[in-house]
Order: sequence, then structure tokens, then C-alpha cells
Amino acid sequence: MGYDLKMRIWRGDQTGGDLGDYTVAVSEGEVVLDALHRVQATQAGDLAIRWNCKAGKCGSCSAEINGRPRLLCMTRLSDFDPAETITVTPMRTFPVIRDLVTDVSFNYEKAKELPSFAPPPRDADNKRRMAQVDVERGQEFRKCIECFLCQNTCHVVRDHDENKPAFAGPRFFLRYAELDMHPLDTHDRRELAQGAAGLGMCNITKCCTEVCPEGIKITDNAIIPMKERVVDRKFDPLVWLGARIGIRSKDNDGRTEV
Amino acid sequence: MTESSTRHPMTGNEMSGESAGGMERHQYDVVVVGAGGAGLRAAIAAHESGARTAIVCKSLLGKAHTVMAEGGIAAAMGNRWPEDNWEVHFRDTMRGGKMLNNWRMAQLHAQEAPERVMELEDWGALFDRTDDGLISQRDFGGHKYARLAHVGDRTGLEMIRTLQQRAVALGIDVFMELTVTDLMKDPSTGSGQAGRIAGAFGYWRESGRFVLFEAPSVILATGGIGKSFKVTSNSWEYTGDGHALAMRAGASLINMEFVQFHPTGMVWPPSVKGLLVTESVRGDGGILKNSEGKRFMFDYIPEFFKAETADTVEEADRWYDDKKNNRRPPELLPRDEVARAINSEIKAGRGTPHGGIYLDIASRRMPEFIRKRLPSMYHQFKELADVDITAEPMEIGPTCHYVMGGVEVDADTQESAVTGLYAVGECSGGMHGSNRLGGNSLGDLLVFGKRAGEAATAYASSLGDNRPRVDEADVKAAERSALAPFEVEGGENPYTIQSDLQQSMNDLVGIIRTAAELEESLTEVEAFKVRAKSMKVEGHRQYNPGWHLAIDLRNMLIVSECIAKAALAREESRGGHTRDDFPGPNAEWGTKNLVVNLNAEGTGVDLHEKPLPVMPDELKKYFEEKS
Repeated sequence: MGYDLKMRIWRGDQTGGDLGDYTVAVSEGEVVLDALHRVQATQAGDLAIRWNCKAGKCGSCSAEINGRPRLLCMTRLSDFDPAETITVTPMRTFPVIRDLVTDVSFNYEKAKELPSFAPPPRDADNKRRMAQVDVERGQEFRKCIECFLCQNTCHVVRDHDENKPAFAGPRFFLRYAELDMHPLDTHDRRELAQGAAGLGMCNITKCCTEVCPEGIKITDNAIIPMKERVVDRKFDPLVWLGARIGIRSKDNDGRTEV
Repeated sequence: MTESSTRHPMTGNEMSGESAGGMERHQYDVVVVGAGGAGLRAAIAAHESGARTAIVCKSLLGKAHTVMAEGGIAAAMGNRWPEDNWEVHFRDTMRGGKMLNNWRMAQLHAQEAPERVMELEDWGALFDRTDDGLISQRDFGGHKYARLAHVGDRTGLEMIRTLQQRAVALGIDVFMELTVTDLMKDPSTGSGQAGRIAGAFGYWRESGRFVLFEAPSVILATGGIGKSFKVTSNSWEYTGDGHALAMRAGASLINMEFVQFHPTGMVWPPSVKGLLVTESVRGDGGILKNSEGKRFMFDYIPEFFKAETADTVEEADRWYDDKKNNRRPPELLPRDEVARAINSEIKAGRGTPHGGIYLDIASRRMPEFIRKRLPSMYHQFKELADVDITAEPMEIGPTCHYVMGGVEVDADTQESAVTGLYAVGECSGGMHGSNRLGGNSLGDLLVFGKRAGEAATAYASSLGDNRPRVDEADVKAAERSALAPFEVEGGENPYTIQSDLQQSMNDLVGIIRTAAELEESLTEVEAFKVRAKSMKVEGHRQYNPGWHLAIDLRNMLIVSECIAKAALAREESRGGHTRDDFPGPNAEWGTKNLVVNLNAEGTGVDLHEKPLPVMPDELKKYFEEKS
């Protein structure tokens, strides 16, 4: 059931590049990454691809297949017509290093800007208690494999590199939401999410949710609730008045603003 | 994006070191090689003990193989079973390893794992909960009680993400996508094992540019060797780098013959062959069946585990609901036993169309339960094999998963025979004996990661200004050696050699071994070494996977030789080492480790026997009565 697959692969570096044509034998049950590995082993030993687990769990092999942001290891060849030419290009939002490998350091810089989890002391018996139903909200977000496809597809930065300093992107809104919903966290990061991370620049087009290989409902379950929490605080006249006359808001559950 | 001048122009990594001769130089107290669970935990411990600490890793931060660990972290927290405690865990671990474990490591691990898990929770990890709100614990093979702290079936991801976020919060320097090719020693401090570690040498994968780390302490946390085998659950990084670096620096490896073949790897489609199917499937009720529909594990209960294993289907099935009054199903025997049983069934012609065995949870649990308890498995089979595990059985077979062998270290500090060189996690040896219990690797990473980080810091700070110095001649030699594959004219492609090596190891040094095949394998390894000498890469140094593989391949070759040589010497079957010509364990072999070192010429490995450390009487008592 094998056939010869026609591929166009972007080859080049930060100075420029072009699509190269390759024909490679593939067999039943293979994914795009298998085809690329065969090109690498037989036709282009220096073809640069980033990958690790080949099981959709590490999020290393992000690229664009026929223009769509995908994981190379989770895209089955059976999704395409054997006569079709498959085009593979690097993620567009990040600078190219070489071939399909991009410089994703933007994401690692943004990760450093986020104040970490701050728990209260443990219970008297040295344990912590949380209800399963409460941890599940955060667990959805912690499924994130940091493939950065959501960052890649987010149009706030995709065509507007200049937004990057002021905008952390969906992966980090997920982090803010996760910490905000953590049953034990004692920090209030809403000001930061809105200010430093640029949550307000997101206009909920749901592109990030569409490309998430983990099926995390980034927009509905993280970004929108986070926006609502920010708005509650910022624009609710009673909260505003309370803050002015020194009454502590109940909605931050005694958390300290950072 | 803000780019400060002290950052690497392409990766954004820290590169504030002085550069001389086109090479970056950095000074640290502790350099950790590897950023999986063990490396991150070690780096956090070193940083918190006051060391200037760097983490160096071949991939991006957060991508290490730890993300693939699914089941959980074994820790006797007693959240589900108050009867559980470190003594039971210690006993289970030693019995799982067929008593070949370093008893002190097994003891420390069992004692300290619960606090290491709680620490992850302090740093933001969100574990599944019991009804009382405590950290949930699940059943796994070889563990007497439900003991694995877990997050669905993606515990490894939770662990690495938590440690990664902690390391970032502490501001530890991370050098991503950087391969360490050589360890540096100060020649004035002695030769061979006597010489002290002075640093590590490597190159940025993105640019090919060389980097020298000057540091008195180096912690190897590089993981395993699975990429020497064709069918493996391991990622590309598992090329035995730490094992080989340690040997070249003068350290010894132990137990290299013990390679764990996980019983349940995917066998179809071919692109995912070897990919792990978590043991949790069996812990949560999954059973193994052959092509005749028979639940065959009852035919394979070894004498050693008879007393604690159910011998009827009825008792095994009752166990899931009433663990007190029933014995465990034989599907939850330790991994080596299950892998051998599966192998025998396939060999007897009772395998599936794709050469595996059926793992069935669909007929035993409601779809809702399966999706909830095993979300990643559901996803993995649906996406990659188009199989709905809530409706049909999985086809699975043994896959190379873990190496019990590794750098011989001191149990309390993880220091190797070479002063200043530490090894932790999968690249260290001793903890798991001849067979590792599921869930004990994640505990191992945390417990010994912390210990190694603290010990490495204590040693570095004890030196004061009297730090070992890197010899410039050694740096030049390391450069030449790294660039050698570019010098070759008309040589062979590294991908071909790697693929042939993997096939050879799979065929000759796999799950069932014989003297004749092991001897053949050693001959083949010699031939691969010759081929590797004239290995050629095309292109230039910038992000060149062919070159990267050429460098990794040297490590794979030396490690493969260690495995084959030790496997040939050990004339018995025990744990992850099964000899067709010596079936069953041998009491005399149960008293010693096999130690391998690089030979004097640096061209191959020497092997000798070494008695096991003697267990003190107060621990021996746990093994006297049968349970």
C-alpha cells in the first residue's frame, strides 16, 4: 500500500530560502514526520527538523502543513490524497533558524515574566487538600505541551511582530488562567494579565483553540473567564467604590496582588 | 521582542560568558547536563544550596523524555492505604529488582519520595485527588499498595512542567539545544579516575559554535540508551551520552546487561511501533489476551511471586474492588515477567496479525471511565492508530524502554568514581537492580536529583579558590574530535550506520539472549566502529542533524558494546536480562554486579565482577518471611 509521496519542503535560513521538491517512498500508517525523516536519511542529511517524542506529547515538531499549523508527528498521511503534493513550511510567526526549525525563544522570555505559584502553608499533618472538581479546571490547561502552535497562529502577533513586547499570547493566558483558578494560589495576577501580558489585545477569534493539538479550549475556558475576571475588578462600580473607601474586595479571596 | 546583547542571537539563550578564540566560555559551580526530571531537580537543589548553576540540554527546555512518563510517581504517602509505608515500598523495590538493587538507594528512595512529591505540589503541580482531597494514588505492577501519585496518564508532563516552571522562577541559566561532547578534567590533579572534573565542552546545535563550561562539579542527567534499539519507546535524545561521557572521563558503569523491555508498546501502525502504552491500563483493569482469546498471564506466574498473585480469574477480578481479601491479577506482575510472557505467546504463534498481543480494557470498563482515567492513551490510539480503546482491544508488544544499568555512584551523594562527576536518574545505576518497577523512575529522578544537586554544591564550595583548571590542549582535542565527521571524504552516512546498529541490537541483544547471538553482536559492534570512523556528514555546522547524529552515534556504539559484553558474561536469567541458554536465576550470580570501564587504549570496554554491597541486618528482616 506504499506509494511515492511528493513533498515541497522549505529549505533555508534567516537570510532566505525556497521550497524544494522531494519525492519519497511512504507506507501505510505513516505520518508526515516519517516522510521527512526518510528524506533526511536518504536525500538531504542536513534537513533541519526539531522533534523529540514522535507521540504528540512533547510539542517539538510544530510546523505548517499546506499552510495549516500542525504537529508533524500527529498528521497522518492518510489524511491526504496520495496524488496530492504536501507542502511543509516552518512556523511563520517565529524567526527561522534553519529549514523547518524556528527560534521560539520569544515564548521562553515570556515565561520568565510570569510570577510563579504562591501557596499557603501546608495543613497541620503536612499535606494539602483540594477537591478533584477544583483541580480539573487547571489540569485542562496543564495538558499544554508547549508546541507554541497557538502562539504561531495568533493573529495579534502573526502579522504584527511589533506586538510581541506587549503581548504574551494564548499559551501564557492559559498560564495566567491556570494560576488564577488554582485552588491554593495566594497571588492575584489579574492586573498583570491585563497590563504586562496584554490580555486586552486578544479579540477572541479562537484561532488558538482551533489549532491546539491537545484540544484545550483556550478561548472559552481560559481567556474569556480571565477577561471576565479582569473586567469584574476593573469596571464594576461597587468594587471600584469599595477599593476607594478601603473595603477589600471579596472576589480576590484574600489573594495578594502582584 | 527585547533582545539583550548577552543573549544568543538566535536562541535567546544566556551567553554572557567571555568569548575567546571564537568560543564561548562560562564559569559555574555546578553544570547539569540534561533537563529532564533528574536534571531539573538537581539544578534546583544546587541553586537553592547556593551554587552558580547552569542547565545544558540537547532539546528545548521542557521537551525531555520525562514528558513521556505516564503512570505516576511511586511514593508511599499512605493516602489510599494507611498500611503503606517506606518499608513496604523498599521491599517491593528490592523484590522487583530481584535483590540486585543497591539497598541503600532503594531505602533512600522509599523514605524520601513522599516529601519530594509534596514539594512538587508546593511548586504548583495539580495531582488527581482522593475523595478526602489528598493526592490520589493508583495501582501499578509490583507495588503492593496503590502508591503512584498521578495526573490522569500524563504525570511526566506535569512533573517536568512543574520543575521547569520552578527553575524559571528561580532564574537558573539554561543553555538549550546544546550538546556536550566531552568532559574536561584537570590533568594536574591526577590521571584516570584520580583526575578531577574541571568542566564540560560542547556546541550550540543551532550554530555549531563551541562552548566551554568551566566548573568543578558536573551532574550527568542524560537519560537512557533506548535509541540503540530499533523498537523503543525512547525519543531521539536517548543515545547514552551520559553513560559514554562518564566512561571516557574514567568512571565505571554497572548492570548494563539489564535493559527493560516494557511489555506494552504499540505495534501498529509501523510509524508508532514501540510507542509506550502505559502500565496504568493494566492497573485500571486492562487484561492481556492472545489470538485465541485466552487470558494467558495465569500460565506465567513465577514461583517467586506465587504467594501474592491471584491464580484464578475470579480472584483477580475481585481484587480491583477488594484488595484486602484478594491477591493481585497476574497482569500486574513486574514488567520483566509480563514482557517475557508476551514474548512467549507471540513466539508460540498466538500473536495478533501485527505480531503483538491484545490488551483489552474496552470489554472491562465503561467508556466514560476509560476516557477519564486514560485520556492520553485514548487520544494516542485514536489519533495515531485510528483505534477506539473504549470499543476495541489494543495490539501491543514489548518495546525497549529503560536501562537499569548506568554510572556507578555513591548511594548518598550520586558521585561517581571521578571526583566532581555525578550521575542521576536513568544514566546512573544501582537503584533498580535487575528490573525497575513502574513509577519508581519518577521518584528516582526527584530523590536523587535533589541529593546530587546538594552534594555537587557542597563539593564545589569546599574547594574555595582551589578549583580545577581546564587544559587548553584538551579543549583543542575536543574541537578536533567534534569536527572530525566533516573531514571525511567519501565516507558513509550516519543514518545508515545508526539504522543498522539498531537492527543488530534488536535482533541479537534484545529481550531473549543467547551466547552465540551476543558473540555475533560484539563482532558486529566492532564492524560498526570501523564504519563509524569513516562517517561523513554533508552541509555545514548550523543546525545540521546529520552532524548531530554522527556525534551521538559514537556514544551509542560504546554503550551497545557495554550491554552486549555484560549480557554475554552474566550466565543466568534475572530481571531485564533473559538468557535462553541459562534460564532462571542463579544464586551465585545474585551476589554480584558486572562493572564495565573504558579500556586503556580507549577503543573498547573491559569488564569485571564486583560483589553487591551487603545489606544491614535491620533491613534484611523484611525479606525473611513470605507474605
